[in-house]
Amino acid sequence: MNPWRLAAPVIALVMAMPLCVVFGSVFVPTGETWTHLATYVLPAVTRNTVWLVLVVAVGTLLVGTLSAWLTAVVEFPGRGFFVWAMMLPLAVPGYVFAFALAGVFGYSGPASDLWRTVTGQPLPQWGGGAASASCLILGLYPYVYLLARQAFLTQGRQSLEVAQSLGLTRLAGFWRVALPLARPWLAAGVALVIMETLADFGTVKVFNFDTFTTAIYAAWFGLFSLPAALQLSAVLLLAVAAAVVLERFWRGASRFSAQNGSAPQRRLQPSVSQRWLAFGFCALVFALAFVIPVGQLLLWALAHAEVEWMPRYWGYARSSLILASAAALLVTSLALLLGFADRHAPARTTRISVIVATLGYALPGTVLAVGFFAVIAGLGHALSAAVEWLSPGAAGVTLTGTLLVMLLAYAARFLAVAYSPITSGFERITPTLDEAARGLGASGWRILRRVHWPLLSGGTATAALLVFVDVMKELPITLITRPFGWDTLATRIFQLTTEGEWERAALPALAVVIAGLAPVLWLQRQDTTG
Amino acid sequence: MIRLNNFGVLSLVGLLCAGLVACGGNDGPAAPAADTSDGTSVTEAAAPAQPVVVYSSRAEQLIQPIFTAFTEETGIAVEYITDSAQPLIERIKAEADTTPASVLLTVDAGVLWYAAEQGILQPMASDIVSAAVPQQYRDPDGLWTGLSLRARTIVYDTRKVSADELVGYADLADSRWAGKLCLRTSKKVYNQSLVATMIASMGEEKTEEIVRGWVANLAQPEFSNDTKLIEAIEDGRCQVGIVNSYYFGRLQRDNELSAALFWQPAELGGVHVNVSGAGITANAPNVAGATALLEWLAGPAGQELFAGLNLEFPVLGDVPNDPIVAAWGEFAASEQPLIDAGRLQADAVKLMARAGYN
Repeated sequence: MNPWRLAAPVIALVMAMPLCVVFGSVFVPTGETWTHLATYVLPAVTRNTVWLVLVVAVGTLLVGTLSAWLTAVVEFPGRGFFVWAMMLPLAVPGYVFAFALAGVFGYSGPASDLWRTVTGQPLPQWGGGAASASCLILGLYPYVYLLARQAFLTQGRQSLEVAQSLGLTRLAGFWRVALPLARPWLAAGVALVIMETLADFGTVKVFNFDTFTTAIYAAWFGLFSLPAALQLSAVLLLAVAAAVVLERFWRGASRFSAQNGSAPQRRLQPSVSQRWLAFGFCALVFALAFVIPVGQLLLWALAHAEVEWMPRYWGYARSSLILASAAALLVTSLALLLGFADRHAPARTTRISVIVATLGYALPGTVLAVGFFAVIAGLGHALSAAVEWLSPGAAGVTLTGTLLVMLLAYAARFLAVAYSPITSGFERITPTLDEAARGLGASGWRILRRVHWPLLSGGTATAALLVFVDVMKELPITLITRPFGWDTLATRIFQLTTEGEWERAALPALAVVIAGLAPVLWLQRQDTTG
Repeated sequence: MIRLNNFGVLSLVGLLCAGLVACGGNDGPAAPAADTSDGTSVTEAAAPAQPVVVYSSRAEQLIQPIFTAFTEETGIAVEYITDSAQPLIERIKAEADTTPASVLLTVDAGVLWYAAEQGILQPMASDIVSAAVPQQYRDPDGLWTGLSLRARTIVYDTRKVSADELVGYADLADSRWAGKLCLRTSKKVYNQSLVATMIASMGEEKTEEIVRGWVANLAQPEFSNDTKLIEAIEDGRCQVGIVNSYYFGRLQRDNELSAALFWQPAELGGVHVNVSGAGITANAPNVAGATALLEWLAGPAGQELFAGLNLEFPVLGDVPNDPIVAAWGEFAASEQPLIDAGRLQADAVKLMARAGYN
């Protein structure tokens, strides 16, 4: 039997542990609570959630695709800088981002003061929905940007040149050739954005906008009904799973292989005014999504540094970096394994396993964390009982509170993040490529190293980067699974914000941003085609 | 976009492996029990007894100095993990008889009531605690005790409203406050327990009428936190609101404020208070240490630190308040048992949803 057939289900089994808790909840009766939720809560939050997901998906698609297209294919002033600058907002945690922007544009913020000085009127304030959507778009567009850029760089010049020789303008070439060819990448990026939006709690909480996720937490924390919260999560997951299956179906059997991925790119040379327009767009997005919020954090951090700074920050930073690196390594490896399994054993079980293994990303973090912890603790009890039965009096087994469990929980959450860019990379490897390599007498490993890896390395590095910065920012899993002493920069932010001391939390938040910049800059140096 | 050359890949893998090996060698970069904020090791050196493990949803900066003082005085070390209350409760449930936690320390009577409901706490056998802490701030079966009080009271703009015009919480539903009232979101537990105690004293029907009145009077959509609400009063966008007093104290520490606090008089039921408190876990591995810790926290030294760190009020009446807090003057705290706030919290949440309070 093909061993690849086993790989995906085994990975899915581990990743599905919190899902079992979620779906197991449907057997717990929660009648009265459900009636209340269905009558007073669900209609509004469902409307809000659908609206938010649509707006954020369209917004990130526009901003992410356009900035990726510009930096990948068009020559304009500052392009080399924006190539990596456009991914920097990834390093800012969503909950911090929202609060910083609220600080700048809120009633008593500097933007408001400036506006009042200039116009004499108070700055118009947006409602919770519009504010949440803009924050999420600015914070999440880098997912689409990273993947779309990957697509534009690897689709080669020839397709565009063919388009132009057929008389299409540059713009029409973009719309009718480059964009359709980038579809799997764009879909993968937007899928990540949608799942992240569905799981978001930090942003909508700052703007008091009620979504499905706030309803889940309200059922748990307010109505004291964890089963009802889990049942709501199950509904959310079913909707996501349905969307994923639909997307697969829609994509169908289309193939998107590279024509000449490694051919040197010749960039479009637009007119001077168009170049400055491109510059203006990138500069505006970068200012709103990074310079302004991080500048605000910097001001707050300086104002509170004396109270907040302490030597333990080195320990926090070290824990954050170790956990993020180790998780990036583990999760990227698992995603590569899943990718190979999908390629070498394209059975239905593999496809279902992949969906199951990547579903955790759409689950509100705390729900996933608690579900995972409950299963692991249960396994520990069972193991202890087994040990006790085999040799009475022996020490019990505790799985919880170990680093391995912590890393597996990160994997359950972030496998989707790593899998998306990697699976898009696999799209570029056609079966004919394998046949050609074999025809030349190359063996399995040699094909992997010389043929597959060059086509996969870009997506793999993107995957590792995304997981790294996501784990740096992650809170609920870190909080519940960390062993004693493993406090991180993110948990420090939690300590301060939980008592509403947002401005004091700017220092650890800034440290998260800076630590997240390191891998971005490092990968930039490896980016020979940028 | 990113292409790794072979060296790049190798160095990445090497770096990660080195990191993993390095961290496999010890138990972590910083053990909170052994570290104080200035980086010196106090707790471990002076700790011959078995440490007490605390699961806390009260933030680290509000508990760590207290634990350090406790260890210095008693020689009992304290280790702690912080998280939100509900995950901590689920964690204790999942760990069952293998839990390292002896104490659950948390904020809000609702959470304490729920923890007791879930069967994860055991009765405290301490005459010291029951003698020190007034009855309304404790669980009748001794499963948990309050350790500091958080007063949720009315804040108003002294430029537009005089204190004589203010009556109490229920009166804010009166139409003369239309377009002048500001509230924080109903998702915050402080408002849930306020409404829960109103249900306990006035009944559900009357309370719903009041909450509907509040919603009708709102000047702005509900705020996501108390600080923003007080700032809105300073800006003149609202004239009255309901906040926890320590948020007001924190702003007062650094700013000259036009806003002031108003305390509902005793005839109308006094000021709504909530507690932060603690209980001993059902499977506590160190009951003696846990009891010693709670008794110390309920004593004068613990009380002063516990309440003072966050401008809260001690549960022990005769402990001096922080000067900022003392300047607000005396008030009569509600004498309603706090267990009602917990018992009725889910009803309060439902009521607020029905009344359109978001």
